[in-house]
Amino acid sequence: MNARDHTLADFARTQATLPGARVPWLVSARQVALERFAQNGFPGARDEEWKYTSVAAIEKRAFVAMSPQSGHDQAAAALVEQFALTGAFHLLVFVNGRYRPTLSAPGRLPAGATLKSLAAALESAPEALEPYLADDRSDNGQTVFGTLNTAFMADGAYLHLSRATVVEQPIHLLFIATQAGAAGALICPRNLIVAEDGAQATVIEHYAGADGTVYLTNTLTQIFTGANAAIEHYKLQQEAPQAFHIAGIHALQARDSRLSSHSVSLGALLARNDISTRFAATGCDATFDGLYLVDGRQHVDNHTRIDHAQANGTSRETYRGVLDGHSRAVFNGKVIVHPGAQKTDARQANHNLLLSRDAEVDTKPQLEIYADDVKCTHGATVGQIDDNQLFYLRARGIEETMARSLLVHAFAGDLIERIRVTSLRTRLEQILLARLPQGERIRELS
Amino acid sequence: MSTTQLDELIGNEYQHGFVSDVAADSVPRGLCEDTIRLISARKNEPEFMLEWRLKAFRHWLTMSEPTWSTARYPAIDYQNIIYYSAPKSMKDRPQSLADVDPELLRTYEKLGVPLKEREMLAGVAVDAVFDSVSVGTTFKAKLGELGIIFGSFSDAVREHPELVQQYLGSVVPYTDNFFAALNAAVFSDGSFCYIPPGVRCPMELSTYFRINARDTGQFERTLIIADAGAYVSYLEGCTAPMRDENQLHAAVVELVALDDARIKYSTVQNWYPGDKDGKGGIYNFVTKRGDCRGARSHISWTQVETGSAITWKYPSCILRGDDSIGEFHSVALTNNYQQADTGSKMIHIGRNTRSTIISKGISAGHGQNTYRGLVKILKSAEGARNYSQCDSLLLGGECGAHTFPYIEVKNPSARVEHEASTSRIGEDQLFYCQQRGISVEDAVSMIVNGFCKEVFKELPMEFAVEAQKLMSVSLEGTVG
Repeated sequence: MNARDHTLADFARTQATLPGARVPWLVSARQVALERFAQNGFPGARDEEWKYTSVAAIEKRAFVAMSPQSGHDQAAAALVEQFALTGAFHLLVFVNGRYRPTLSAPGRLPAGATLKSLAAALESAPEALEPYLADDRSDNGQTVFGTLNTAFMADGAYLHLSRATVVEQPIHLLFIATQAGAAGALICPRNLIVAEDGAQATVIEHYAGADGTVYLTNTLTQIFTGANAAIEHYKLQQEAPQAFHIAGIHALQARDSRLSSHSVSLGALLARNDISTRFAATGCDATFDGLYLVDGRQHVDNHTRIDHAQANGTSRETYRGVLDGHSRAVFNGKVIVHPGAQKTDARQANHNLLLSRDAEVDTKPQLEIYADDVKCTHGATVGQIDDNQLFYLRARGIEETMARSLLVHAFAGDLIERIRVTSLRTRLEQILLARLPQGERIRELS
Repeated sequence: MSTTQLDELIGNEYQHGFVSDVAADSVPRGLCEDTIRLISARKNEPEFMLEWRLKAFRHWLTMSEPTWSTARYPAIDYQNIIYYSAPKSMKDRPQSLADVDPELLRTYEKLGVPLKEREMLAGVAVDAVFDSVSVGTTFKAKLGELGIIFGSFSDAVREHPELVQQYLGSVVPYTDNFFAALNAAVFSDGSFCYIPPGVRCPMELSTYFRINARDTGQFERTLIIADAGAYVSYLEGCTAPMRDENQLHAAVVELVALDDARIKYSTVQNWYPGDKDGKGGIYNFVTKRGDCRGARSHISWTQVETGSAITWKYPSCILRGDDSIGEFHSVALTNNYQQADTGSKMIHIGRNTRSTIISKGISAGHGQNTYRGLVKILKSAEGARNYSQCDSLLLGGECGAHTFPYIEVKNPSARVEHEASTSRIGEDQLFYCQQRGISVEDAVSMIVNGFCKEVFKELPMEFAVEAQKLMSVSLEGTVG
């Protein structure tokens, strides 16, 4: 049986256990998505969007969808302990893709804010979700894995902010994969964030797994921002080193809304992010920041897409990567300025630092412009540590390993500094220092 | 500036759109193995050429037309093209320029090709390709004294088969792509140039291509070899008369630079771009590639693309030799409904190889201009360096500018930088000029020329002047 047929059979097996099995629009949305997947199958090397990333390893492993309530509670609790951030958060914990109330601490949310598990929302009031889950406007490009997620989505977070609701504390969504429960599993979390006019919130999506476990996370997040709303989104990917991670974050922005997306990729053997936003009205603003630190045989692929479909939009994109070992990084950033999207201001940059002889970078910044009154720039660089900078430090008596660590720290640190959630920033700072030789001494200096 | 004025100014007629009334000797419409045998026989080619053509044709049959580009055009009927067309009077080859059909000479005169005696003073040796065969080559004898072989491809096949056999298809094999395979099967003529070791070619060499006969495709092939330490600067210019049908031009250019050799290849492409509604025009699907085979070799491509309904070409450099250098300088202009998908590929294989890409795209009217490039640093390319810069200028709200740079780096000691920007001519810039009594058209022309200056300065003098004229003719008044 090939990988596609295996997946189709798996769907037939688990279909009835998925949430919303009695909600007709959802059943048909799943069916449509599955048919689209059946038509396309897994992407191959001829597929431009997957030119540099092979999913053969995923096909070979034939992951199976999770049955509900699997997973070891004690192990899960230990992992939550390990990965939870310090400070005040609205915490939702998902173990092997399912919401685990006993480990969560949602806390008190302001009136007008709803935060609950997607499965629960589908049980209690599915009609509220229909316009978003059954709407593919924001899922740019309809990737194969996006359709797979729609077919198999089991749970995730549902955040709804009614008009002018502001959630002060960040919302932390922690997705944990346990050794016993996740091995060989296909985990499909689906998150939905709806911010009505003028609403504001900060959401952290955090993926982590037990070391030594092989599983596939195929997650999809949809973000809808109403007029003048602001969503700050962080994604921290710390999957198990042998795991596979595929993620989509797709936003649709209304007039004068602001979206900032920060994506940090540290774990997984193979990680792919598809992050996109579409400016459906004028005056939108988007910031896309990304950082990837990879080593060993890791492969990380970031695809981003910003659709300036309407005028007066501003976008800023900065992705940086540090590569060591035999790792490989792929970057593709699309900025599309549609006809009539005048006064668009778009900037994009991708910088890569290669630390080893065997690391590889494939980058493709891409501009498609169909309007004339625009300012668009992009830049990409690939290189190793600059000899002049190294010389400068060495000339001041700093030994070589220390000098190199300082330069890598400065290169990656630029992006970490832009994270506004203090405890998340501190955590990343610690992770970065722990990876650097002599990181301890840099910590003492700073 | 009002829309009516704008329309008037954009509506410049194509200046090279006359048809020469020369009786042509063509093969029948369509393509099969017999067509190829016929072409090969007409040209008295040795056996190895026919074999090579047939192999290419059989390979072509297994290929399908590529669809990945952003260019949109109706399907091409490959059986509705005349693959070989030679002016009749060429049957008995002219011994000197005096024997050349005066009608032909008048055609070149109108184009301003310095082919005749007095124009030789301009110091340009021209191998003019009229439809499919080379009409006459000037300065052949003078170049011969230095051991330089410069002439039509057909002559080279007959007179220097060993060189042709050694280098033909060694840079662009017939398996390379759909259009390269088609060209290998049916190419009718082109230029051949060999510069012996240590010789610096004393003058600019030049070819002039012109598509004349109706329904013909032009498939020329150029092969330039610069042996160790040699230098040559080569110019190529193209025009086509006005036709309502779309004509196909699928050329192949191969450059080989051995140790310390340098080749400078400049193109001004001004094929008929179609009328203001996008009717007619040339499909220009060209494969150009240079192979820096030797250490310290240097190949530079300079192109000014103002013509063709669709331009589709990526002059490339394979930087095989250590310390070799590749350069690409391009200005591409699309107006009305023209589409240009062009860029460069730099493949770094040798140590300390360097490449530069400067691409300037100008879009006006409904024109679509795409830069598509690849910079590939292989593991062996220790210390490789690339700098790419792609700037686009947009004139008018209906046009488009796109950038698709691919960067693949497999060696950490490499440094690769890519920059791109897109903008339009600022109202403040125009205001500044107008305030000083410069008309809008002159101001636009000035600003555009300034935008292209970096590339124009790479062109030999005569070409730079022509390029500037072409730009202002194609662009006048496109900004309102």
